[in-house]
Amino acid sequence: MPLAEPTLQMLDCGESALVVEFGSSIDPAINARVHLLARRLAEAAHAGILETVPTYRSLMVFFDPLILSRTALKQIIASSCSAPDEIHASAASTLTFIPVAYGGEFGPDLAFVAQHNQLSEEEVISLHTSTPCLVYMLGFTPGFPYLGGMSPRLATPRLESPRQTIPAGSVGIAGAQTGIYPVASPGGWRLIGRTPLTLFHPQAQQPFLFSAGDYLQFTRISATEFSQIHAEVAAGRYTPLRRPLPQGGDHVHGA
Amino acid sequence: MCTVLEPGQLTSVQDQGRNGFRAYGVTTSGAMDRLALTVANLLAGNPPTSAALEMTLRGPRLRFSQPAFAAISGAEMQARLNGHPIANWSSFAIPAGAELAFDHVTSGCRAYLALHGGIPVPTVLGSRSTDLRAHLGGLDGRIIRSGDVIPTPRVPGPMLALALPPEMLPSYPSEITLRVMIGPQEELFTAEGIATFLGQPYQVTHRNDRMGFVLDGPKIAHATAPDIVSDALCPGAVQVPGSGLPIVMGSDCQTTGGYAKLATVIGPDLMRLAQSKAGDVIRFASCTDAEAVQALREERAFYQYIESAVHQLRG
Repeated sequence: MPLAEPTLQMLDCGESALVVEFGSSIDPAINARVHLLARRLAEAAHAGILETVPTYRSLMVFFDPLILSRTALKQIIASSCSAPDEIHASAASTLTFIPVAYGGEFGPDLAFVAQHNQLSEEEVISLHTSTPCLVYMLGFTPGFPYLGGMSPRLATPRLESPRQTIPAGSVGIAGAQTGIYPVASPGGWRLIGRTPLTLFHPQAQQPFLFSAGDYLQFTRISATEFSQIHAEVAAGRYTPLRRPLPQGGDHVHGA
Repeated sequence: MCTVLEPGQLTSVQDQGRNGFRAYGVTTSGAMDRLALTVANLLAGNPPTSAALEMTLRGPRLRFSQPAFAAISGAEMQARLNGHPIANWSSFAIPAGAELAFDHVTSGCRAYLALHGGIPVPTVLGSRSTDLRAHLGGLDGRIIRSGDVIPTPRVPGPMLALALPPEMLPSYPSEITLRVMIGPQEELFTAEGIATFLGQPYQVTHRNDRMGFVLDGPKIAHATAPDIVSDALCPGAVQVPGSGLPIVMGSDCQTTGGYAKLATVIGPDLMRLAQSKAGDVIRFASCTDAEAVQALREERAFYQYIESAVHQLRG
């Protein structure tokens, strides 16, 4: 995967940040470059690099310019981008299984999504659990994933007026995107189900269930299983099902 | 501890911010005016990183049930201890049972109250700052209310009261110029749009808070559509949505956003943005990376000077 592309740009964001832009579209291959650079910078742990923020198509790098000059940082980034590819060297991301109870009180808009797309509710569930989704980035609220990979046959417009409160764990669709609400918040997504997992647990050793660059696989559970898993999560006894994925951006197609 | 008799307009616990979790969508929060927070902490005998109260436009009224040692800084809020005026940018002892009262601002917007030993609320993701949108940190992730009891540390013994010399006091005029570095997305604006931004005054509207400042003034022309594929945001970023009116982001800015960003206010000038309020006038001046880094160097040197002076005086 060549990181150094002619399209790569390094843009100024004030004296303490710059953004490394790999493209201008939502594309898993571009996003994979973003996460690869983030990982290389994290592994190298250069003095003066404070934190990085991966997004769809760029990486923001926060740095202390009194420790590391912008010129030196740009050289580090350029050489990180042209470093030899270690595509088979290590597992780069993780597939996390997200159990979801679909329909009923968990997903009040399941019938609407089915009707809008001329599908049965069963077909909606089957399509939603058919492929892994790439976590392009996290934003909006702590732990909120911007996901790609949902079947375009499920695309549904947002609610005309947002709900005041959406329960934590709600799984919804907005346009061509699917997502999970990590914490209770207002929102206009069409809700098709809910996961009993806690996506954001500020006091835990691992506060977040997944990171940008990971993949999620929705799996269907019953209402009874929802209650069981919910109780296990509350008691701190639930371990989410995970498996490592080899590096590369070809697990899913664009959002 | 101290009891909140009146909370003021918007008072919250803030430190230097919740860093390291932006990649997970966690806003940094933290003091809007890091210089005022740092100086208050140093005068109170704290490290610069301690948590303090950030008070906005009108400060609280607090009753201390045990002795404390405090410092105030930032906006002038006419502080009184048991009715006696307290000079801004100074530290002072608070006897048990005393009432510390703040009033409306007479200059600036945000004032800081640091207590020796900090404000010992639990840390969340490494910080005590209140994230008002995600309800993290501070007092249950919210602003303070009447009746709240704020934990205060025990004071080890008598401490030397100190004040910043008059020539070092920042001033908060109602017309300011903020230095910006152009970018990251200046190519999405016309040359005329950039010239408008750098040449014309903008007024702070009532839509200003810890998240950002919506400004009013001449519209900035985009060269293309104003929306971009969402990317990362940082405090100081100047977003220009379709309205053509700039929004300057503050400490509570979300980690990602979808509007084109014309420029970034440099870190050392964010304290002046933090002290501006509705009706104030802002002009933007372009600066180079070298000038911005020099300004940061001077800011750090200012802290070092105060820190060593405080250290010498207290021995």
